[in-house]
Amino acid sequence: MGVRTWIQDWPVYRQLTGDDPLGRGAAAMSARTRALRPRTGTADRVVKSVCPYCAVGCAQNVYVKDEKVVQIEGDPDSPVSRGRLCPKGSATLQLTTGSARRHQVLYRRPHGTDWEPLDLETAMDMVADRVIRTRRETWQAEQDGVRVNRTLGLASLGGATLDNEENYLIKKLFTGLGVVQVENQARVCHSSTVAGLGTSFGRGGATTFLQDLQNADCIVIEGSNFAEAHPVGFQWVMEAKARGATVIHVDPRFTRTSALADLHVPIRAGSDIAFLGGIIHHVLENEADFRPYVLEYTNAAMIVGEDFRDTEDLDGVFSGLHEETGHYDVTSWQYEGTQVQAPSGESDKLYDERTHSGHSVSTSGQSESHGSGGAAVSGQPHRDPTLRDPRCVYQILKRHYARYTPEMVHEVCGIPPETFEKVCRALVDNSGPDRTSEFVYAVGWTQHTVGSQYIRAACILQLLLGNIGRPGGGIQALRGHASIQGSSDIPTLFNLLPGYLPMPHAHRHEDLDSFIEASKTDKGFWGNMRAYMVSLMKAYYGDAATAANDFCFDHLPRLTGSHSTYETVLAQLDGTCKGYFLMGENPAVGSANARMQRLGMAELEWLVVRDFSLIESATWWKDGPEIETGERRTEDIATEVFFFPAAAHTEKSGSFTNTNRWIQWHHTAVEPAGDARSDLWFMYHLGRRIKERLAASTDPVDRPVQDLAWDYPVHGPTAEPDAEAVLAEINGYGPGGEPLSAYTELRDDGSTSCGCWIYCGVYADGVNQAARRKPHTEQDWVAAEWAWAWPANRRILYNRASAAPDGTPWSERKAYVWWDEEAGKWTGHDVPDFVPDRPPTYEPPEDATGPDALSGVDPFIMQADGKGWLFAPAGLVDGPLPTHYEPQDSPVRNPLHADQQRSPVRQAFSREHNRFHPSGDEPGSDVYPYVVTTYRLTEHFTAGGMTRWSPYLAELQPEMFCEVSPELAVQRGLEHAGWATVITARGAIEARVLVTRRMAPLTAGGRTVHQIGLPYHWGPNGYTTGDAANELSAIALDPNVHIQEVKALSADIRPGRRPRGPELLDLVESYRQRAGIDENTGTEVRG
Amino acid sequence: MSSIIGRNLLAGAEADPAGDAGHGADHPERVGFFTDTSVCIGCKACEVACKEWNAVPEDGLELTGMSYDNTQGLGADTWRHVAFIEQDKPLGHAVTGVDPGGVDHSGVDVFALAAGTTAPAPPREQAEVPTPDGRTELRWLMASDVCKHCTHAACLDVCPTGALFRTEFGTVVVQEDICNGCGYCVPACPYGVIDQRKEDGRVFKCTLCYDRLGEGMEPACAKACPTDSIQFGPLDELRERAAARLGQLHDAGVADAQLYGESPQDGVGGDGAFFLLLDRPEVYGLPPDPVVTTRDLPSMWRHAGAAAATLLGGLAAVFALHRDYRKAR
Repeated sequence: MGVRTWIQDWPVYRQLTGDDPLGRGAAAMSARTRALRPRTGTADRVVKSVCPYCAVGCAQNVYVKDEKVVQIEGDPDSPVSRGRLCPKGSATLQLTTGSARRHQVLYRRPHGTDWEPLDLETAMDMVADRVIRTRRETWQAEQDGVRVNRTLGLASLGGATLDNEENYLIKKLFTGLGVVQVENQARVCHSSTVAGLGTSFGRGGATTFLQDLQNADCIVIEGSNFAEAHPVGFQWVMEAKARGATVIHVDPRFTRTSALADLHVPIRAGSDIAFLGGIIHHVLENEADFRPYVLEYTNAAMIVGEDFRDTEDLDGVFSGLHEETGHYDVTSWQYEGTQVQAPSGESDKLYDERTHSGHSVSTSGQSESHGSGGAAVSGQPHRDPTLRDPRCVYQILKRHYARYTPEMVHEVCGIPPETFEKVCRALVDNSGPDRTSEFVYAVGWTQHTVGSQYIRAACILQLLLGNIGRPGGGIQALRGHASIQGSSDIPTLFNLLPGYLPMPHAHRHEDLDSFIEASKTDKGFWGNMRAYMVSLMKAYYGDAATAANDFCFDHLPRLTGSHSTYETVLAQLDGTCKGYFLMGENPAVGSANARMQRLGMAELEWLVVRDFSLIESATWWKDGPEIETGERRTEDIATEVFFFPAAAHTEKSGSFTNTNRWIQWHHTAVEPAGDARSDLWFMYHLGRRIKERLAASTDPVDRPVQDLAWDYPVHGPTAEPDAEAVLAEINGYGPGGEPLSAYTELRDDGSTSCGCWIYCGVYADGVNQAARRKPHTEQDWVAAEWAWAWPANRRILYNRASAAPDGTPWSERKAYVWWDEEAGKWTGHDVPDFVPDRPPTYEPPEDATGPDALSGVDPFIMQADGKGWLFAPAGLVDGPLPTHYEPQDSPVRNPLHADQQRSPVRQAFSREHNRFHPSGDEPGSDVYPYVVTTYRLTEHFTAGGMTRWSPYLAELQPEMFCEVSPELAVQRGLEHAGWATVITARGAIEARVLVTRRMAPLTAGGRTVHQIGLPYHWGPNGYTTGDAANELSAIALDPNVHIQEVKALSADIRPGRRPRGPELLDLVESYRQRAGIDENTGTEVRG
Repeated sequence: MSSIIGRNLLAGAEADPAGDAGHGADHPERVGFFTDTSVCIGCKACEVACKEWNAVPEDGLELTGMSYDNTQGLGADTWRHVAFIEQDKPLGHAVTGVDPGGVDHSGVDVFALAAGTTAPAPPREQAEVPTPDGRTELRWLMASDVCKHCTHAACLDVCPTGALFRTEFGTVVVQEDICNGCGYCVPACPYGVIDQRKEDGRVFKCTLCYDRLGEGMEPACAKACPTDSIQFGPLDELRERAAARLGQLHDAGVADAQLYGESPQDGVGGDGAFFLLLDRPEVYGLPPDPVVTTRDLPSMWRHAGAAAATLLGGLAAVFALHRDYRKAR
């Protein structure tokens, strides 16, 4: 540095000689300041990615410098997020590069008191050995004389946070091994969505996409805390609001969503069917339905068989109830004049009676197989276009909801008639040819013993108002994990194969043809099911699958009832299930009855946990609540535990499917450090090892494993499988090995292969369509060239309904897809969800089947009759129409059906650690007098594994708390910011108290109902710790899909912290005794 | 430079703070934040995005009991802070449908409930405002606070080391390589924003992402904000946008909506980061009428100068008189 420069660098010199006499600006700048550059500017590269938290699917730019991720922020090109990120998304740098992540494999030997490090390769070998051993030891060739070809000794849980490609390999490998207990968070979050939307419309995904909210004239958010759980998606509500839309939030709590709504409607948790039924009643009473739409596009005119009896006729139950078994025989719910085929895939002609009893359906989650394709019906149903026939759906609906008056809504939900009237008016005024209203919900609706029926109620209402398939309309099922839609589509679910094909059930002499015959519909695109199924078998078993061997159909393991994650826990406790994989899921905190989850794991022979940090599900043997209470001793627990550090989304390529049904690709930014590996790597190399070990086996049991097609190219220093090769397999190949471009190209003769038929086209022309990122500023608002949406890149489903029966738009304002007479095809802003050249006037010939049988006015092309279902004659096991029942545990007596408190067919497993409460006016119900509802906060994510370890998020919500009203605080002596203990028959937890007017006591069932809010993110591990809300919840399930009821339960609350050690158990027991709880409490079918 | 001479650069009208701080005629437009709290969803993305970009340390896990605000206020380790205020007031056409017939809230005092605990009570308006139909309404205000980047920034005026400086964008930034931790700026800030990091001694605050601005990027908080509650841009443009939004809200019947820190005539010459509030500033913990604490510095200097001159004159007179006296002797 020369003297001159030195002098000129002296601030005083600059101050005296420059334009900054006070030395407060240019003269004061230091050399460092002048040299400042943002690290985004100096990065070596920018890698395109997708946020790994919720399912809004915000696009991210990952900045890499010297092979390290230095910054992650929103990608402004994304049509859904426009560059924005919520606090979790903004904290992904800390998530992926922070010190909380583990990078070494850990091993806990049986009875060990601490972790030991373990070499990755050794660990993989050990796991492969254990899988083979346990599989062999627990192999079941037959059950009750019927071939099942499976093992119940193994189970896996996880997939919603993983890539589609990872889910694909998990399901493929485990199915190949004969493992049926393959599950993920989709069971726990949105399985009832698939059943509810699927049976109503034909597909189980949200009917629309988030950006389309801006076109809504009224938005009803119910069962969702939209602004908190999906903040970036909420921008589209704000856009709609800015355009004058009315926003209504119906929720037990006044949340951050309510704060931005035009109207907040406090509702008693667990009463939404009564509320929605009340609106349905309002619409029907006032004939405010969108009549031309209802007449042509729904099943309103269908005549139902004369044996059908409604809940109004039978004191709260439908016809067909077997009181001894707690199941419905669903046959009396059918249309007149039709022979209803099995409402699910497991029926076969030899087992007609069993199928018709509804038994196997009710225990197997088959309602979800309508995730893409409604239940099957055949024959020509009778119709009454005047809607006057007393047995037509419209009239049945009218009678069913006749007592859902504003007064009843007040009584059941605690909503005053004036407020209720406002909601009805807003919805009716904003529906019709010129206007549309949209419903948005999330797990506030799904997680109930009648969760599927909650969704159905909204479907009925939206069909009556003519809001499905139209811009600004529809039903948005907000998904909460990055790929939970994907883990339903390419399922890690026990009852499904990819693309919502049902897993086969055990039947005598069942072959591929009888399986197809039992499951497909005669009409619509589900009629081509054989092509989808055979192509899947080709993708699974490759050259081994031939026409001669039924395409290896016999290789598939068979179901014999429900094998959901909750039954798996029972199987662990019973000693049937011995080996368990947890992949990005934390059931010790996040699943209902967390205590049973841990006790189940303590009975396992071995457990594999793959995660970022040492979550509760990995360490319960050492420091879990049962160790604290002294119920279990670490030394006594024989479970072998493997912890594998997982790679982050920045460290692997793959796709997530967001809540818009968009498949979005994220690219590898850096290699994972240490032993961290992708789940793709883990599954691939586990499968490779197992196949190598079994290659020489001559045991027929090993044949399916030997036949499994498992050749994926690997690359890089870790031998990472090529995710794009997996995506290409999912997409499918034609006869010449060329990538397919549409599922209509699939054949049933084995000449095509396809890993998931609804994703066919995602790799069209050999191009990764999921990686498309044309900026939203360069295309229209539908943004068809951003990523790829299933099916067929359609963004709004059932969009044929956006045009009137004659093919013209209902109105100019709401024009979306319409018939172009000149060109002879459907056209518009989206890919038409219809046969592209089928004119509106088309009448199919009598003998037409499959897609050919769809008329020009059948917008619901997956449905067996082409119509939206107001009344579900098949597909659900708990009723053709939603009916209000109280939650399993409720302090309120059912005001609607005095003789039927709960759904008669709910699944309530009364077990030692899973007891239920007396309800309503039963003796002892006053021991648990308050309603608890659980939920998420913006600042945390699910069971906390991706947020509680993150200091930037932990400091924002640093402790477990409960929210109570000032009235309840007074009643129970709770101090603001003090401690409270919340108690149920399952457990007791402590939480800090927030006394807030945002919690409002309601008057319902003739009494004041106090509600307690509990976020469910906390657990004992991590940077911020607290008790888990799921210590309180019970395993009480929806019979359609086995989802748990955690949104409404009863409890007591008292001031102060909970006892420690054995005294905690004493407290819970003393409550049980006081309430007189035994194994029969709350398990009645009738009553 | 001539334009600067003779002007009070510490208060009053100031059209070009960057230019007057020596950044030359071709300096970029003055930029800032307009935080429209009426669309804030309280997600705190701004807090996290800020910390991630600027590597601001996590600063403590404390459940405060102040609604969902566990950050508490701006400080050396918090450059964006979202305040949460629960009120018994209607928000324009946003209303709640609580049935007052069932339960009466009016007799319950959350402050009383909080008595006896160490945590502060949630900020809450005292007055119950029943609506015409007798319903008690509720609103939940959320607002993201930040350094105001004052036109007349006292922190920078009092900084003896030149650590604080006015950037070419008109913003006020601490240079951490210069700051010596003297802390003079801390009491100088009329908003209580700037703060010393305990273990370090130096002061830290929002830089309006000075490094990002240099490359044409927007600050991290504004970029992340899911609902565009935090808007970044040229200050003149933001002021126009804010005026339009205010008019819109007034038209919609939200009479309390007001701009805060927007006026160049206020005590700090207008803020580079200003706000649209739905209630009085005090409700959000903001000073109602902030004044640059160095406003009177020139006149104080003049007075001090006059005093010194008088003193000197007096002394001189004394000496002169004394000499005369000696002469006379």
